[in-house]
Amino acid sequence: MKGKKVYVIPEQGVSNPVVFNPEICNGCNQCIEVCQVDILMPNPEKGKPPVVLYPGECWYGGCCAAACPKPGAIKLNIPLMNRVRWKEKT
Amino acid sequence: MTDEFFKRLEWPYPILWSKQKEINTDVLILGGGIAGCWAAIAALKKGVKVALVEKGGTIRSGAGGAGCDHWESAATNPCSKITPEELTQAMIEDNNGYNNGISHYIECREGYDRLLDLEKMGGKIRDTEDEFTGAEFRDEETKFLFAYDYENKFTLRIWGTTFKPALYNECKRLGAEIFERTMATSLLIEEGKQGARVVGATGVNGRTGEFFIFKAKATVLCMSRPTRIWLFSPALPGISEFRPPQCTGDGHAMSWKVGVEFTMMEKSVKGEWSGDRSYPPYGTGNTHNTWYACSMVDAEGGEIPWADRDGRILTNISERYRPAPGQKFFLKGGGESDFPSYKYKGPDILPVDVLLKRGYKLPFYADLPSMPEHERRAIWGLMVGQEGKTKIPILRTYTEAGFDPKKHLLQSYGDGWKSGSFLPQERQLFGLPGGIVNDWELRTNLEGLYAAGDQLFASNCHGHAAATGHYAGRHAADYAIKASEPNIDALQAEQERTRVFSPVNRNNGIGWKELNMRISRVMQHHCGEIKSDGLMAAGLEQLRSMQENEALELYARNPHELVRSLEVLNVLTNAEIVVHACLARKASSKHLHFIRSDYPEMDPSEWHKFVTIKLEKNGIVIGERPIDYYGSLEKNYESHNPEYSKGLKR
Repeated sequence: MKGKKVYVIPEQGVSNPVVFNPEICNGCNQCIEVCQVDILMPNPEKGKPPVVLYPGECWYGGCCAAACPKPGAIKLNIPLMNRVRWKEKT
Repeated sequence: MTDEFFKRLEWPYPILWSKQKEINTDVLILGGGIAGCWAAIAALKKGVKVALVEKGGTIRSGAGGAGCDHWESAATNPCSKITPEELTQAMIEDNNGYNNGISHYIECREGYDRLLDLEKMGGKIRDTEDEFTGAEFRDEETKFLFAYDYENKFTLRIWGTTFKPALYNECKRLGAEIFERTMATSLLIEEGKQGARVVGATGVNGRTGEFFIFKAKATVLCMSRPTRIWLFSPALPGISEFRPPQCTGDGHAMSWKVGVEFTMMEKSVKGEWSGDRSYPPYGTGNTHNTWYACSMVDAEGGEIPWADRDGRILTNISERYRPAPGQKFFLKGGGESDFPSYKYKGPDILPVDVLLKRGYKLPFYADLPSMPEHERRAIWGLMVGQEGKTKIPILRTYTEAGFDPKKHLLQSYGDGWKSGSFLPQERQLFGLPGGIVNDWELRTNLEGLYAAGDQLFASNCHGHAAATGHYAGRHAADYAIKASEPNIDALQAEQERTRVFSPVNRNNGIGWKELNMRISRVMQHHCGEIKSDGLMAAGLEQLRSMQENEALELYARNPHELVRSLEVLNVLTNAEIVVHACLARKASSKHLHFIRSDYPEMDPSEWHKFVTIKLEKNGIVIGERPIDYYGSLEKNYESHNPEYSKGLKR
């Protein structure tokens, strides 16, 4: 293990829990520091949105979106099968 | 999706897995969730040196880091009509004795003090902005908002999303040395001898792979309860269970190995929440917890009746928050207790089978529009918003998708809050599960080792974690002040280092998800709902075989995967603890959700006791403690906390 360079390929998740808007996100990486599962990594290019490395491990706690200083930069995406239905009260 | 998603990327952090750092401290806190932060704060206030080891990022980590909407058992708040003794006794009786009298008494005695501390740190605990002026659950003088029993006022609605950052800042302000993104991997014991004094721990960083040896006079276990023993989703491992995925019960596994005594580990309940089976927690129509006591309607808009413990139909919403005629107080309503005793049973909707027989049609819906304005805003906006995992996933997401609490009915998908249907063998450690046996100082059976929060047997909520964390932290500090210098056994640390890094020395083998799937399959088949000696022995044999074979084939490609792999090894150890505990209790028990086909008699009196297990050199040692081993609550508490209780008004 010594001296080896370590590379990663972002996992393809069943769902995409965290979606960044690259127009709004300024790559401040605050979301990375509040993610307790550590599923995100900083973008190799400074100023660009973090990379979702391990989407399957997302807890869907929303701490990333709550800590984000740029409204609209992060969208938490609930997995399709977990979306809930409502209807108008008549 | 950005371009980076399709690229091979260089690991963003320095790789330091050939490095090793030794840290010397007085009190070592393992786990920086709610209990861990409070333990650190209490110890620091005693003037000792504190190191805090946290696997996630302390500012938001742990099961309670994202938020909390109500604080239970604040029996000493000025509006409470119930004493800590009455409330603890009720919690014990409601579980037929299978509860932690010590830790819940601490919660009832000190929980409110912790809330006041939080307020000083910047946490919000009262309606300072007068959003609920005039509401029947508000005390106008203190501006406290209450939940559940409005008559007796011992549960507070609070703004818990403000708590964890406040705790984190306080830990830093007081000078805690915080080791972020660092997983504790083992406890170090004097001369490496099982059952001896605990003198520290080892850890590994999940970003860099750096290895740590922590030498400490006292250690406090503040990690999570075990998870993923029966429930594991390889597709969405992050929502395999209710608690965050890195809350794997590492502390249980590491303390088992050094000889810590456990009890009630035979208790598991049919699954209550898993992302594979359920909808987002608190995100469906229900009447429980955060949503207590929301009105429900059936598919055709018919209002679903609420009843008190006597089956008396309640005629107005206000009655859902009051004890029944002749009842002093109720613990929780909305079907929260597993087997609520008549004495403390709260209001609830009629059982679903009764409703269907009476012609009510599925699906049911939460009817927020029909709730009085204060109640509607308390549920949707305050509680859904402050409870862990609701602020963004529910409140913001649903609002952005057009949900309007004044207009919309939210569908219900299952019984109560569970919002899902589970098979009987899909089990979880939930609802006062087993854990470490504690004394009146929250010490374990090992010298120098204390436990708090979810590591204790029969733990539950945020307030319990906070109160026991603070309590364990100050008692550990008292011990550390008088304790002799600890000596680390170099051989033990070296062996642990070899164990920890073995997955990164392999290029192929078994990945952590595959091993976790295997564990949960074995447990579902051999330690599911109906248990028997023969079946469990066969399961145990397979778990042992996994320890000796597949566990040694785990591979990890970077520090993150290394931590995930080490966690699954802990899941495996925790599964073994569960089976040993189940084998030790030779009787079925209703309140322990424990059914033995070979010992079918339910709760025979000779088994009304805590069965304990621990690991010794020559094997498993089974012991027992009387169901009320903690003795008089008030007397014992006061004799162990003369300094603390003196300064406080009851």
